[in-house]
Amino acid sequence: MGINLKELSKQEDLFASGHRACAGCGPAVAVRQALLASGKDTVVSFATGCMEVVSTIFPYTAWEVPYIHSLFENSAATMSGVEAAYRALKKKGKVKKDINLIAFGGDGGTYDIGLQALSGAMERGHNMLYICYDNQAYMNTGIQRSGATPHGASTTTSPSGKVIPGKTQWRKDLTEIMAAHNIPYAAQACISEWRDYMTKVQKALSIEGPKFIVVFAPCQLGWYYKKEDTMKIADMAVKSRFWPLYEVENGVHKITKDPKKVIPVEEWLKLQGRFRHLFKGNNKKVIEEIQEEVDARWEKLKKLEEAGI
Amino acid sequence: MKVAAKTANEAMAEAMRQINPDVVAAYPITPSTEIVQIFSQFVADGLVDTEFVPVESEHSAASACTGAAAAGARVMTATASQGLALMNEVLFVTAGLRLPMVICEIARTLSAPINIHCDHSDTMDQRDTGWMQFYAEDSQEAYDLVIQAMKISEEAFLPAMVSADAFILSHSLQRIDMLEDKEVQSFIGKHKTPFNLLDTDNPITVGPLDLQDYYFEHKRSEAEAMREAGKVIKKVFKDFGGKFKRKYDLIEEYKMKDAKKAIVIMGSTAGTAKEVVDNLRADGEKVGMVKICVFRPWPTEEINKALKNVDYLAVMDRAEGMSGFGAPLFTEIRSSLYDGEKKPDTYGYVYGLGGRDVKTGDIKEVFDDLKKVENGKKLARNSYLGVRE
Amino acid sequence: MAKKKEGWKELPIGAIIIEPGSSKKFKTGDWREGKKPSVDKGKCTNCMICWISCPDSAIKVKDGKMIGFDLDYCKGCGICAAQCPVKAIEMIDEEEE
Repeated sequence: MGINLKELSKQEDLFASGHRACAGCGPAVAVRQALLASGKDTVVSFATGCMEVVSTIFPYTAWEVPYIHSLFENSAATMSGVEAAYRALKKKGKVKKDINLIAFGGDGGTYDIGLQALSGAMERGHNMLYICYDNQAYMNTGIQRSGATPHGASTTTSPSGKVIPGKTQWRKDLTEIMAAHNIPYAAQACISEWRDYMTKVQKALSIEGPKFIVVFAPCQLGWYYKKEDTMKIADMAVKSRFWPLYEVENGVHKITKDPKKVIPVEEWLKLQGRFRHLFKGNNKKVIEEIQEEVDARWEKLKKLEEAGI
Repeated sequence: MKVAAKTANEAMAEAMRQINPDVVAAYPITPSTEIVQIFSQFVADGLVDTEFVPVESEHSAASACTGAAAAGARVMTATASQGLALMNEVLFVTAGLRLPMVICEIARTLSAPINIHCDHSDTMDQRDTGWMQFYAEDSQEAYDLVIQAMKISEEAFLPAMVSADAFILSHSLQRIDMLEDKEVQSFIGKHKTPFNLLDTDNPITVGPLDLQDYYFEHKRSEAEAMREAGKVIKKVFKDFGGKFKRKYDLIEEYKMKDAKKAIVIMGSTAGTAKEVVDNLRADGEKVGMVKICVFRPWPTEEINKALKNVDYLAVMDRAEGMSGFGAPLFTEIRSSLYDGEKKPDTYGYVYGLGGRDVKTGDIKEVFDDLKKVENGKKLARNSYLGVRE
Repeated sequence: MAKKKEGWKELPIGAIIIEPGSSKKFKTGDWREGKKPSVDKGKCTNCMICWISCPDSAIKVKDGKMIGFDLDYCKGCGICAAQCPVKAIEMIDEEEE
């Protein structure tokens, strides 16, 4: 395998230019990188959301692989059907190729409204990969909070105000939820660590059964940072351990990148307008809470890795 | 041809077995559960080649079936009531994508309150989805219509649901004539699909976003398909009738030739109504019944032709529709008749909700009402048959 | 002049799009707000980091070498300039050569 950028760059980009994503869009990078790793013999299902909308405005499509979108909450269910059809037709000799099946969804269509379909698909053992691009809110409809929105973030439905400092709840740990489905492979990745991410995509696709990857993909519009900083913001999320890069293969946790220079999460929060209110008045304690949670989660992950479970 | 004793559930499951679809994604719900159970046993016994996907909800059942159909597979599923309602948003997608599919549907009412028995509120609720809708009078029709619907769906490139009344048909044993496996296979022929998602050499984008400049044209195209579907249905019905000697049509005219008073009805109660019509005819009454077999596409020409000489008409709705004025079938019949030269004096009856039993006496009451109107009495435009006041 | 849009009879069945990558007909290059990327090929090491980081596939590459920018689609986000490890890319004024 081995991800070699020079070699990859000779491949055709399967997510074409001309899509209407914002300048500096993290999820667009996530989709591009996934398809470069997966190759031409890939069929994709997509949940309603930013990437779906910007890439398929009739009659324009950015997709150079077969693509299906039906609804918001059913990317995993739609792909379950595609996968069943693929198996049925392959058995009958009507389909001869080996095809990678990838279901995509944003955090909206995956953590929340799409969780049921995803859970069902993983439990049934379909041979498919689900990739969730996590930009931590319902971005396409205007930056509303999701189950992936971090504690303290200001969104349009969890705005920071005089009385409440942004989202009061903590995010769901979807990677662990997926690992608890006892699937052969679940992983967390990030667009700034493209080698780690694309390796994970290729690894997942080489494994038989249901696989899951959630890829951190910053949104410059919804997180309020300078658009050229998308990769930097992604990188700092990893370096602060807010977003550990790890995989759970056959139930065993393994950290795939241990940041050498760890930064305080506050440095990451500082660059994003969605956390700006935490730097005022009494809200500073929220930053401490966030740091505590990040540390505790990292410690737990390290313990799981050390224990070989 | 083989004679068998089958409930509508069993008959539909048998039809599914003989069709041998590529994929079935299904979720159980009373009283359609049996269809899924029987079919699962077929899969476990290797009697079908189907990939069976035991999904975690009906929404996922419809979604998985849609994905599978887009990927070029022949697909079927089974559901009822709340399950059909949960599929609702997906059904619009399936039809919008012009994908062939058949749902074996058991007509059970919708909550609240929850009730597992028969009425047509669940299927009526789906009448705007763009799906073709067929109503069976008995197990034989349930069996025959499922087979024909598969072929019709793949010719018209529109999905179809075939409904059999909950418990009354789904769980009652009836004598049916079954076709041989190879006759069914030969009749439905090779699977046809409008496009193929799995063709990676010719990648297509299915389910795009339309802005204001294209949505209308796409929907106009879909509407045309529904308009033309009646022709496709008649052709397949004719083909079936020619081969297997059982004739189907968009509507069935029962003793309508010189009928002056008639009822319009759908589903199992048509059987009860036929007996009432027979008895009244024996007494010299010029009465008849029109049974609607195909509700979508709406058979407006056939209805106008069948009812043009009727003076007094009662439209029997096994769903309320909750419009405040007239239940669904009543409203659609009157809308069709509005263009007719002669308009029958038309009355609406809501009957049998939540499995309320409908006896011959009840149907006779309706004909008696029409007779009273004939003799100058006033009758409420819309009323309820068999509800305790 | 804009192409006349199709009538309902001319559209593919089921609203599918049959031409892959047709988004390339939509030039997002005019989204730039006054700045465009420029590369100093003398400094460039062809590491391809700019290419893999671009959301719009607007970095032109050939035979494993970075050869420029596709200004038809580049939205001017500046990620390439920010990510280049040798600072070979900078965002310059649109009018500059």
